[in-house]
Amino acid sequence: MQQSANELHAALAALDRPRIEELFGAAVRRDGAMQAIEELMVPALIRLGEEWDSGQIALSQIYMSSRICEDIVERRLPPMAAERKSHPRMAIAVLSDYHTLGKRIVLSVMRASGFEILDYGRQEVEPLVERVLADAVEILLISVLMLPAALKVKAVRAALDARNARVKIAVGGAPFLFDPQLWREVGADAVGRNAADAVAIVRRWSEARP
Amino acid sequence: MMTSMQRVLTAIGQQEPDRVPLFLLTTLHGAKELGLSIRDYYSRAEHVAEGQLRLLAKYRSDCLYSFFYASIELEAFGGQTIFIDDGPPNGGGPVIHCAEDIDRLSPPRVADSPGLRRGLETIRLLKERVGDTVPIIGSVVAPFSLPVLQMGFADYIELIYEQPERFARLMAVNQAFCVEWANAQLAAGATAIGYADPLASTTNIPRALYLTTGFPVYRETIGRIKGPVALHLASGRGLPIADEIVAGGAAAVGVSALEDLADWKSAVGGRITVMGNLNGIEMRRWTSAQAEAEVKLAIARAGRGGGFILADNHGEIPWQVPDEVLLSIREAVDRWGRYPLDWVAAP
Repeated sequence: MQQSANELHAALAALDRPRIEELFGAAVRRDGAMQAIEELMVPALIRLGEEWDSGQIALSQIYMSSRICEDIVERRLPPMAAERKSHPRMAIAVLSDYHTLGKRIVLSVMRASGFEILDYGRQEVEPLVERVLADAVEILLISVLMLPAALKVKAVRAALDARNARVKIAVGGAPFLFDPQLWREVGADAVGRNAADAVAIVRRWSEARP
Repeated sequence: MMTSMQRVLTAIGQQEPDRVPLFLLTTLHGAKELGLSIRDYYSRAEHVAEGQLRLLAKYRSDCLYSFFYASIELEAFGGQTIFIDDGPPNGGGPVIHCAEDIDRLSPPRVADSPGLRRGLETIRLLKERVGDTVPIIGSVVAPFSLPVLQMGFADYIELIYEQPERFARLMAVNQAFCVEWANAQLAAGATAIGYADPLASTTNIPRALYLTTGFPVYRETIGRIKGPVALHLASGRGLPIADEIVAGGAAAVGVSALEDLADWKSAVGGRITVMGNLNGIEMRRWTSAQAEAEVKLAIARAGRGGGFILADNHGEIPWQVPDEVLLSIREAVDRWGRYPLDWVAAP
C-alpha cells in the first residue's frame, strides 16, 4: 500500500488523471472503497497539503488534484452514500469574505476523504449561526482570506456560546498562516494550515466524541 | 539629509543612502485621517491625495502610494466593487461568466473608467504638492493575476491548465489594458509602478507552469511600461523564480514574510532591490518593542550595501494596524536604519 500511496502522490502532483484513476481503482477492487480512501487517498492528500505548507508545491496543483480526487471518489462513493462519514454532523463556510477558493479545496479534500459535509457557501455571522443551529452541526469549518473576516470568527464563537451550542470550530486561511496566534484569539478550537489538515482535525474530534 | 526621492534612487542604484528607505504602504489609513468611511474616501481623488499627504506628514514614509483598491480595475471591465467598513474593498463578482466571454472581451480604455480617472487625478494632485522630492508609487494588477478578479480563482486555474488558447487571448486583452493604465499613471506623475502579481508566486502556481504562462506575460508587459516597476507577489513565496523576476526587468521585488530577506539578498543582490518583509497581519498586535525588534531584524538581514527598502510583506498595511505601531516602526527605522550600518555584522 505504501508503494501505491507514493505512486498516487506522484500522479496527483503531476495531475495525471488516468494514473490516479488506475491506482485508486485497483485499491478499491482489492480493499473496497472506504479502505482505499483511508489508506491510499487520504495519506496522499495529507502529504500534498504538507508540501504546499512548506512551499514545495503550489495551490493550483492542490486545487486541480483535489477536484480530480473528489470526482473519482464520488463516482465510487456518491454523496449521501451510507458508507460516508457523516457523523459528527459537519459544515463548511466562507465567512464574510468573497474569496472562495480555499473553501472549495477543503470541501473537495473532505469529500475525497469520504466525509459528508454541508456546504454553506458564503455566509455572514448571524445567518451562519442560525444554519449551524438549525442543522445541529457539531463541527464547523470556516475559511477566510481577509483579516477582517478572520476577526469575525470571534462573533461566531460568541453567538454560538450564547445559545449554548457545543460546536467545534476549525479555521483556515491566509491570516491564520501569517499570525499563528490568531486562531486562539478569535476563539477557534483548531487551525488548519492546509486543506488536508481539516481531515486530520475532524478525525481527531470524531474519535474524541463521547 | 537626502530627500525621499534621493534616498530611494540611491538604494535602487544598489548604493547606501543616508538611511534605509521606508515604504509604509498605508492606504485605508487615509480614510481614518480624514474621518471618512472607506467608501467615501475613495469616491474623490481629493480625499485620497489629502489622506496620503497627511500620512506622509505623520509617518515620514519615503513614498506616496496612489493605490486605491484592486477591484478598481475590475470596474473598468464593467464589474462592481463591494465596500466593507474595516478592510479593503472586494471585487463584486466575475465579469467573465463562461469561457466564451473571453472571446468577446476587449481592453477597456482608461479614459472611459471613472475609477481609473480618479486614480490619475490623485497622482496629479500628489505630484503638484511634492514635485520630485517624494516618489509616487502607482499600481497595476498584473495581466496574469487580474483574471482572479475577472472570472474567479478556481475557474481561472482551470483555464490555465485546460484552455491555453483562451488563456493567451485573455492575457493579450489584459496586457493591453495594463500597459495603458500603467503608462497613464506614469504620465500623470507617478515615479514607479507597483506590479501586483500574486498568481506568479510559487505559493500559487508551480515554477514550471509559470515559465510558460505568467513569466512571458510579465516580461513583455514590463518591457512596454515606460518607467521602473516593482513586482509584488502579495505575501506569496518567490525565491524559486527569483532569477526570472530579475530577467523580466523589475527594478524591485516585494518579499513575503514566509521567506528570509537574507536569502533574497543573496539570490538577487546587486541586480534588483529587495523590499519587505514586515508581517502586516501580526503587526496589528505588535508592541513598540516588537516593532523595533522586527525592524532591526529586517535591516540586519538585508540592509547592508543598499538595494533594500523596508516595507510590509503584502503591499498594503491592514486597516487594523494601530497608529502607535506605525509610529514605532518609523522610530525604529530612524534609530537603526542610518548608514553605515555598523551595528550589523558583515556577512
